[in-house]
Amino acid sequence: MDNVKEEIRQYILAEFLPGEKASNLKDDTPLRTSGILDSVATLRLVSFVEERFGIEVEAHEAGVENFDTIDTIAAFLKTKGVAVS
Amino acid sequence: MDHNPSTSHLCRYLEESAARFADRLAARDPDGTELTYRALNDRADRIAGFLAEHGVCPGDRVGLVLPKSTDALTALFGIMKVRAAYVPVDWTGPEERLRSILTDCRVQTVFLDTRRPELVGIAQNTVLVGPDSRDAQSASGCFDWSDAVKHAPANADIGARSTDDLAYILYTSGSTGVPKGVMLTHRNAASYVDWCSDVFAPSANDRFSSHAPFHFDLSILDIYVPLKHGASVHLIPDELGKIPKELARFISAGKLTVWYSTPAILGLLAEFGDFDRLDCSSLRLVLFAGEVFPVKQLRRIVARWPRPEYYNLYGPTETNVCTFARIPKPVPDDRTEPYPIGWPCSHCEALVLDHDNQPVQPSEEGMLYIAGPSVFTGYWGRPAETEALFLERDGARWYNTGDVVREDKQDGFIYVGRRDRMVKRRGYRIELGEIENCFYKHPAVAEAAAIGVPHPQAGMRIIAYLAAAGEATPSIVEMKSFCNEHLPSYMNPDIFLFVDALPRTSTNKVDFQALTRAFQSGERSAVSSSLTPA
Repeated sequence: MDNVKEEIRQYILAEFLPGEKASNLKDDTPLRTSGILDSVATLRLVSFVEERFGIEVEAHEAGVENFDTIDTIAAFLKTKGVAVS
Repeated sequence: MDHNPSTSHLCRYLEESAARFADRLAARDPDGTELTYRALNDRADRIAGFLAEHGVCPGDRVGLVLPKSTDALTALFGIMKVRAAYVPVDWTGPEERLRSILTDCRVQTVFLDTRRPELVGIAQNTVLVGPDSRDAQSASGCFDWSDAVKHAPANADIGARSTDDLAYILYTSGSTGVPKGVMLTHRNAASYVDWCSDVFAPSANDRFSSHAPFHFDLSILDIYVPLKHGASVHLIPDELGKIPKELARFISAGKLTVWYSTPAILGLLAEFGDFDRLDCSSLRLVLFAGEVFPVKQLRRIVARWPRPEYYNLYGPTETNVCTFARIPKPVPDDRTEPYPIGWPCSHCEALVLDHDNQPVQPSEEGMLYIAGPSVFTGYWGRPAETEALFLERDGARWYNTGDVVREDKQDGFIYVGRRDRMVKRRGYRIELGEIENCFYKHPAVAEAAAIGVPHPQAGMRIIAYLAAAGEATPSIVEMKSFCNEHLPSYMNPDIFLFVDALPRTSTNKVDFQALTRAFQSGERSAVSSSLTPA
């Protein structure tokens, strides 16, 4: 699980928060409601997790309930059967 | 000039279609709600009756704080039917910004989604729309949508309609940090809609996408062109509008014939749309506007959808679309230059002038001025700012678009850029000063500068340079969140860079060109050190 979260964190930092310290992007930092991810950024993040973890995310699953924090994304991936330690 | 200004009125389009095509589909909600022409016109008449009864007079402004829906569409016609002007805003926008807009133009009534209860009381009357509207309407001056839409049609005398009546006010980014309202009359909008009729030959069999939110000027074509011709409007909700797979499915399932959006959305469709499994061959027209379409992405979408005709439409909110270019197919492999914005629409005239307001030689760069019946009347409550943008010449009133263009004998006008600090991102206009103004509200920010730097794939990116007021530098996460509270999401910068101090010109102004040069040359680390004052 920690590796999954770390990969997501590194992706978000590199793509959407260039220059930010990893310690400022916590597992429970809101991503959508804080404006860190707008709709286009969310789309890219969804594409990233689809490709990286080999899953398909339906449009209705890409909302705030699953994609607002690194925690909720990891929990969502778990329900999709992504192997988490 | 021998323009033939439209004698049409936006309400008349609906009413005439309601008489001719009463039982045909006028608009469909994504949730499956459908309105026939008769139903849409009848409901709009009832909303008009409600508004007239509750004190809305000709010339008043009425706010629309609603997601896109057949109800919002009904409200907008109801407002215009009492000769009032609708003021659509992003219903998800920051509260402070919505308040600033709705109080600036002093809306008499507001149609408000129940998920924004904090805005109740901003107008004399509030019509609540949404699942809990009945519970929420107990406050004074609050009404329920389902009651309003059952009201008897207006019987009050509201005087004769005029094509000079204000139809709507669209708010755009203002350089001083306060959005400004672009006022458009029925004549302004209808002369553009009538031009669309001539060029795109819509019919009652067409099925139009409505992708843009109603507060975005692309919605004018989306709404009024189909309704004028008895065609149907297929409303795409904001959430769905940015998910390419869903959009491709929407086009395919709805058998849409006309698509209109920003290049950004078409670019996403080309990149992520699920085309292998979906048939989008119903499309006959693909229109785009709002920003430069990177050729690589345009080539990709044309290759995906070879059948439709493609048009680049150009025009600031102040003029509606005023120039256009048909894109030849296919897009040649070796083309790298973006396509031109083309020639003036038949209802407009264009002039390219130099610094002394003299026409430039053909092929020289100059400022694009537009005249014609679609040019706006002014910014709400800002007569001086309005006048500064107009030039009297040859008996006509020419609007200075602020866009620098060059004329190509064959292709028409080529967009070169801007001389001021406005950029376009995802089709939205952004005054970079408005972003800087937001930063100055943050206690930890001493200096702020925003620049726009185009990227070949990502389109326009906003780069924020910040100097901290004290020892501690705020985190990027914090600054992003702060912007999110004060600005629309499309204005939130892509990249934040902290520097000790901003570079200044000899006159002590922020040296934006130095920032842009430094950023473009990719010397990010070098920038911060070279910006440190000696």
